[in-house]
Amino acid sequence: MSATDPAEVPLLVSTDHQQDPTLPTEASALDLRPGRRPRQGLGHSLVANRKALTGMIILALFVVVALLAPLLAPGNPSLITSLGAQAPSAEHLLGTTPKGQDVLALTMWGARSSLLVGFVVGLAATAIGLLVGLSSAYFGGRADNVMSLLTNVFLLIPGLPLLVILAAFLPTGMVTVILVLTFTGWAGSARVLRSQALSIRGKDFVSAAIVTGERPAWIMFREILPNMASIVMITLIGSVIFGIGAQAGLEFLGLGDVSVVSWGTNLYWASNDGALMSGTWWAFVPSGAAIALVAFALALINYGVDEVTNPRLRSTRRKNARRREALASATHTEVTR
Amino acid sequence: MRFVLRRLGFYLVAFWVSVTLNFLLPRFMPGDPVSRMLSQSQGRMTPEQIDQMRVLFGLDQRPIWQQYISYWQSIFTGDMGVSISRFPTPVTEVIASQIGWTILLGATALLIAVVIGNLLGILAAWRRGGALDSVLPPVLVFIGSFPYFWLAMGALYLFGVTLGWFPLRHAFSAGLTPSWSPEFIGDVAAHLFLPAATIVLVSIGGWMLGMRNTMIATNSEDYIVMAEAKGLRPSRVMLRYAARNATLPAVTSFGMAIGFVVGGALLTEVVFAYPGVGYQLLGAVSALDYPLMQGIFLTITAAVLMANFLVDIVYVRLDPRVRVS
Repeated sequence: MSATDPAEVPLLVSTDHQQDPTLPTEASALDLRPGRRPRQGLGHSLVANRKALTGMIILALFVVVALLAPLLAPGNPSLITSLGAQAPSAEHLLGTTPKGQDVLALTMWGARSSLLVGFVVGLAATAIGLLVGLSSAYFGGRADNVMSLLTNVFLLIPGLPLLVILAAFLPTGMVTVILVLTFTGWAGSARVLRSQALSIRGKDFVSAAIVTGERPAWIMFREILPNMASIVMITLIGSVIFGIGAQAGLEFLGLGDVSVVSWGTNLYWASNDGALMSGTWWAFVPSGAAIALVAFALALINYGVDEVTNPRLRSTRRKNARRREALASATHTEVTR
Repeated sequence: MRFVLRRLGFYLVAFWVSVTLNFLLPRFMPGDPVSRMLSQSQGRMTPEQIDQMRVLFGLDQRPIWQQYISYWQSIFTGDMGVSISRFPTPVTEVIASQIGWTILLGATALLIAVVIGNLLGILAAWRRGGALDSVLPPVLVFIGSFPYFWLAMGALYLFGVTLGWFPLRHAFSAGLTPSWSPEFIGDVAAHLFLPAATIVLVSIGGWMLGMRNTMIATNSEDYIVMAEAKGLRPSRVMLRYAARNATLPAVTSFGMAIGFVVGGALLTEVVFAYPGVGYQLLGAVSALDYPLMQGIFLTITAAVLMANFLVDIVYVRLDPRVRVS
């Protein structure tokens, strides 16, 4: 978001020397005032960033496969169509499960539920985290104390055991999985977003808005929020990664709806049908690889956003970064180290 | 001292929240699975055991605040009911016999990941743009993207089933009796290797990147330039000046990581049939053994809270600023 113009970057670096590298966007308050243009800039620099572009291409591929699953693999994927435990062949590109279902179809259909749950959980957790974080930072005082306490408690209670007992008591189903994951996943985003909002809360333009008599909701969402757009995005992507991974973990334990096809339930069945011991590796490799690839793609986008908005982290070896570094060396010794 | 007391208060609140959650869950969840469970096993239980179950799961008709008080009494006396799936063993005994394996697995994996990950991060930041810095982070992030349990499945298949280098399941070979003999310890280590290695592989990337990023910030501090100008040996500047100051955030994340590693250990235990509480938790879930589930959750939470408290005490030793204020 900060890099509207490559030449601007070194100037920015010199202004935020003291900044904690985990909170990359404090400087964004400086360059966002000219209105909406910078957000376009984030999109542009993300496409220019090799990591982010790779991530977006991989992710797009999976989304397309998920959307087109009924066309690519027509019919119910859990139907038993051939002999069990067939190795990959021309007829079944990824082989069949010990039961005799086509692994490729299961993996493609599994993308639908896994991506859906992952993104819904990510959005919901970030939305709650944003609400808690912003109001906590804006109102301060006792409200902040109570909400921070709650956030930290939720961060501390070990997530997976909590997930397991919640899911065990609730009726099984996709809605339960989404609710449970949101309930355990919001605290991380709340903490990051609060500390970022807190640093923006101290800026002069927020004080100016308060003096002008703007409503709290307006200040929180129209004055503070746009200035932390990139950290919101990083948090959102992180929450989606959490959602996809945690859903797979829950379903692997058999705590989701095992009749729904998803990457997690595929792994559950693979493990239950003894795919490991009988050596049918193709039954469990594709779904896990798909989870890993999506998570990796999202992580790449995250590093891309981080690099674009925090020039310090940019790797020194990139060719197109050389020019900027030549400029930067005058003001910032670290980049050339 | 005030810092430590404040943290202690915080952990007590966290414990209170998790106990209250545990108390509320069976009482306000739809479907009432607990009474079904009880009616199934009623024939085998003694009347006292049934009474204790009623206290724990709120099947008596007393007002809710009275139930809450007797629930806390049960927690403090350590009476979490009897396990249904391992009837008639009390829940506390089931957990006590297994928590050691989870601690062994989790602690081994965490310590190895922290030490190696931070060292790699220090080196990567010190030689910015070097081979270590450009190759390892993407590789580790990619490995870290795999679900814990899936990597465990892959490792089990590759090294256990196909190559036969490591044992497939359990924490020690059948037929051996636990003792401190070298033979038994070697056997335990062989069983520990694969589960611990998968957790280390998945979590090491986060440590390395965190350390690398803090080190990069520390490296640009004036005192590093000063140390170099004085002509100190590079290794001394790297370890005693830069890394030492960059370690502080890592100590904080160590506390947080304990919870994550416990979670990762749970899934890994399931794959390797490692006899820790995670494996038991899955057994409890599939057998609808609610007392055991709740007992395991409370035990894990209490353990994580205590570990975090210890980390805080260490933090006070490391960071003098906390002591002064």
